[in-house]
Amino acid sequence: MDPELESPLMPYLRQDRMPHIWCPGCGIGTTVNCFVRALMESGLNLDQVAVVSGIGCTGRVAGYLKLDSFHTTHGRPIPFATGLKLANPGLKVVVYSGDGDLFAIGGNHFVHGARRNMDIMVICVNNYTYGMTGGQAAPTTPLGAVQTTMPFGNFENPFNLPFLADACGAVYVARWTVYHVRQLARAMKEGLAKKGFVFIEALSPCPTLYSRRNRLGDGVDQLKYYKAKSIIKDGADTKEVGLSFQGEIIVGKFVDRERPTWLESMDKHYSSVFGEKYKPYGAAYAKA
Amino acid sequence: MTGVHFIDGDQAACEGALAAGCRFVAGYPITPSTEVVERFASRIPLIGGLFIQMEDEIASSIAIQGAVWAGKKVMTVTSGPGLSLMMEHVGFAAITETPCVFVDVQRGGPSTGLPTLPAQSDMMQVKWGSHGDYEPIALSPNSPQECFDLMINAFNLAELYRVPVFFMMDEVVGHMTERVVIPEASAIEVAERRWTGKPPGEYRPYEANDDLVPDMVKAGDGYRIHVTGLTHDERGYPTMHPAGQKKLVERLVGKIRHHRERLVDVRMDGLDDAEVVLVSFGITSRVAGPAMEEARQRGGRVGHLRLVITWPFPSSLLRKLAKHVKAFVVPELNMGQMVLEVERAVAGKAQVISVPHPGGTVHEPEDILQKILEAAR
Repeated sequence: MDPELESPLMPYLRQDRMPHIWCPGCGIGTTVNCFVRALMESGLNLDQVAVVSGIGCTGRVAGYLKLDSFHTTHGRPIPFATGLKLANPGLKVVVYSGDGDLFAIGGNHFVHGARRNMDIMVICVNNYTYGMTGGQAAPTTPLGAVQTTMPFGNFENPFNLPFLADACGAVYVARWTVYHVRQLARAMKEGLAKKGFVFIEALSPCPTLYSRRNRLGDGVDQLKYYKAKSIIKDGADTKEVGLSFQGEIIVGKFVDRERPTWLESMDKHYSSVFGEKYKPYGAAYAKA
Repeated sequence: MTGVHFIDGDQAACEGALAAGCRFVAGYPITPSTEVVERFASRIPLIGGLFIQMEDEIASSIAIQGAVWAGKKVMTVTSGPGLSLMMEHVGFAAITETPCVFVDVQRGGPSTGLPTLPAQSDMMQVKWGSHGDYEPIALSPNSPQECFDLMINAFNLAELYRVPVFFMMDEVVGHMTERVVIPEASAIEVAERRWTGKPPGEYRPYEANDDLVPDMVKAGDGYRIHVTGLTHDERGYPTMHPAGQKKLVERLVGKIRHHRERLVDVRMDGLDDAEVVLVSFGITSRVAGPAMEEARQRGGRVGHLRLVITWPFPSSLLRKLAKHVKAFVVPELNMGQMVLEVERAVAGKAQVISVPHPGGTVHEPEDILQKILEAAR
């Protein structure tokens, strides 16, 4: 390809793995685009950035990024990332996965990762459904939406993810849609610079399964919906940002605060217990 | 810690792991294994390493693998119910070839079973528990001293073959207190990770050496590796074709099966002229000993084969013995698990007599003696 025409993002992707598996109109690729832009602007040494995914459509992100990348088991990217980060605190560790992976099967790990303030950034692409397995109900499916396992419409209450993250102790919580590419990339850049448990929810269309079953048109129609119904409210009370079927979407940066990370707490505590006999574990990995 | 100690098997297992270079443990409390991680949690701050108590055994068994890919030697410690939860990550360790040690201090089951009492009923679970084909390694210590010594072997074997290694203790071995001699560090042989000598660009994460085991790198070294639980090619990239599956799975099982003879670790006593051979492992070997002595005093030609490495099973050795032996007697603290392997290896060439026990305590030597006498008749 003419180098003039090649996307500046390509060097950050495993080009030998293209084409990717995502459907036309899917928003996951858009989030990856935002993430790569955030990486480019972050100033991080990309040899020191690792991405960990679980299973599902978004779980495939790790495999396409030209970074140290780990495609783990269903629901378990957060505990894997916890081990990776603690074994080498010099790494910037990003968990990149879907709503079913992180909040159904992996819900317990999310809760504890945030509680501990583990120093990882969690990006959740929320498409309201299980895409890889054909469109089953997820813990994020809005009330009333049709899914293969809720064929008459979902009657189970969905999670309000920013509220959950906030309540569990995340230090940074933001939500954007794939319509808001600049804001999403900026949130990811801020997240990469932030110490502690960062949570970014990216709403994304699944035209093949979610939209089609609910007669919502294609990917572009969902983007139009995001554009029409999104309201930017930075600092919004996370209690108030729950989602409904094709209803209003509150987006923005909801939480940005400081709390000591798990490792900082351990080092501080052991230094007070053992005095000079204790060599702070994190110090050995601090940037020169 | 060099010197002579009077400690229990759980404590000794922890010291063995530390001596082997283990510097990261993720665990979840469960009787009768908890003392291992309690000791690790109290020892590690001043040694330089980490312990983290995770939210469950699922998390523990994958957190350790994250730590491996950042360069640490690791273990997790559990008992039956926790082991059941860890099974998905036994498979992940097998397919990603992540060296790690799973310590299982066995208790009676099924389910919650007998939390404070012994069993050896997880023997088949560690062999077959995770879905798909793979070959683990398992070791069965029978004393606190062996909890120290064999733990070092367990870590070394994990590094050498890049497989999940199971350390199959039981409640009695874990809680019995005995003399444990810890040698000087210089006298302990510790295997290093098989780091690649190749630079980024030339290195392929799953390109195996002649022994079928690939060399490793870790995150942060500039190799930009991809590691996946999907079937993958030598680059580590997913491959969804029968040919890719064949190549990977044949190598995963082959790296153990081809080295099966090197992985035989047994203790033999009086096998030369034995007519009846006791086959035992772990705590049961210590009950089998007195039964054998008594049988010998009564004139029986009885030998004892103790399995130290239980997986891979030493089939060829059993097959060889079967040519000269009348019967094998297999006591174990389960309803007949490893006896199936003995039967398979012996293939009808000799009689095989199971001495099952549902657990909760150990066998009475008398029960084993009766079976020996029966076999000798």
